[in-house]
Amino acid sequence: MTYIFYITIVLLSLGMIFSIIRFIKGPTAGDRTLALDTMTTLMVAGLVLLSAVFNRFIYVDVALIYGVLGFIGVIVIARYLEGAL
Amino acid sequence: MKSLTFNEKLARFFINWLFLMIVWIAFTTSFNKQEVIAGVFVTMLISFFSIPLFTCCTFKILAPKRIFYMVYYLLIFIRELIKSNLDVARRVLTPSLPINPGIVKFKSKLPTDYSKMVLANSITLTPGTLSIDIIDDTFYIHWIDVKTTDPEEAYTEIAETFEKILLKIFV
Amino acid sequence: MSIYEIIGGILILIGAVFLFLGGLGIYRMPDVYNRLQAGTKATTLGAMSLILGVGVVKMEDSWTWIVKMAIIIIFIAFSNPISSHALARAMYHRKRYPYIKGDAKDMDAYREVAGKDDPSDTSPDEGENI
Repeated sequence: MTYIFYITIVLLSLGMIFSIIRFIKGPTAGDRTLALDTMTTLMVAGLVLLSAVFNRFIYVDVALIYGVLGFIGVIVIARYLEGAL
Repeated sequence: MKSLTFNEKLARFFINWLFLMIVWIAFTTSFNKQEVIAGVFVTMLISFFSIPLFTCCTFKILAPKRIFYMVYYLLIFIRELIKSNLDVARRVLTPSLPINPGIVKFKSKLPTDYSKMVLANSITLTPGTLSIDIIDDTFYIHWIDVKTTDPEEAYTEIAETFEKILLKIFV
Repeated sequence: MSIYEIIGGILILIGAVFLFLGGLGIYRMPDVYNRLQAGTKATTLGAMSLILGVGVVKMEDSWTWIVKMAIIIIFIAFSNPISSHALARAMYHRKRYPYIKGDAKDMDAYREVAGKDDPSDTSPDEGENI
């Protein structure tokens, strides 16, 4: 089980690094928001995984609230970019 | 906006109440007496005040035939989701990036806004397609590998499997 | 190792691979719509599979885990397509037209609705990065 956690953490970190590269490179605001959205999903998955590793149920609630807030943030940014806000 | 009859209001109230109660129990994850009683009152209040807002459906949605089709839809959806992910994985991992993107449109026969939302979300998660906009009945779809630009053929290719089942659920 | 740990471990690994492919996809694809395609689909299934795997691993401890995981899975399945749809529409209305191979005009059916040439509108600005 421990090895599965190690492999998963490495893969998640690699995905996160690619998202951060896209976040820095841009070239438009949409790409950056998309990278932020992907990072939110990766982070939710990572928090759930950590809750299993440390056996703390409270991290799952943290992950859920993080996901909700990230979703609302992306929607608000998208509406702002569209000029509807 | 047309005013609602008493039966419609009642149906919306109870469906909202049931749904919110399930969400409450799933969030608290306990059958403690105090939690359940607090949940009953809070969800009743919320569903009472949100009668004009949620326009999903009437009691018809709980008929056994429709529930059977919902489960069937879920299974089809999971199959398509896995297929689309293998498709994305193949495209991303091929060094030459085999893509031919474009935007196509097609007309849908679905009646209500809610069913259109479900169809658009399903299209986004199925192989190679991303819904960009819905104007009245017309769906605009970004397709990563365009096979046809004709609306009829695009409809057959993208939406037909889902829409046949959705028409049975929502009409 | 119990049977729960084996099944859950396999689900977790599948999820991790797809999450990684999502990150790689948004790095490699040529324009914002294709990135949205790769990012949304791969991360949705990846996160769902990984979270379900954690729920299955913890199922022999208590039932509360799997219920909470089901909530997160349903939320992700609804929220990811909606946010990607909102982003795609916003980018089209900012006149970031999709990348199309060759110069085929009929490949872009949405242009006739959203991309009307407005004389007062001077976009797309090539130098502007926002």
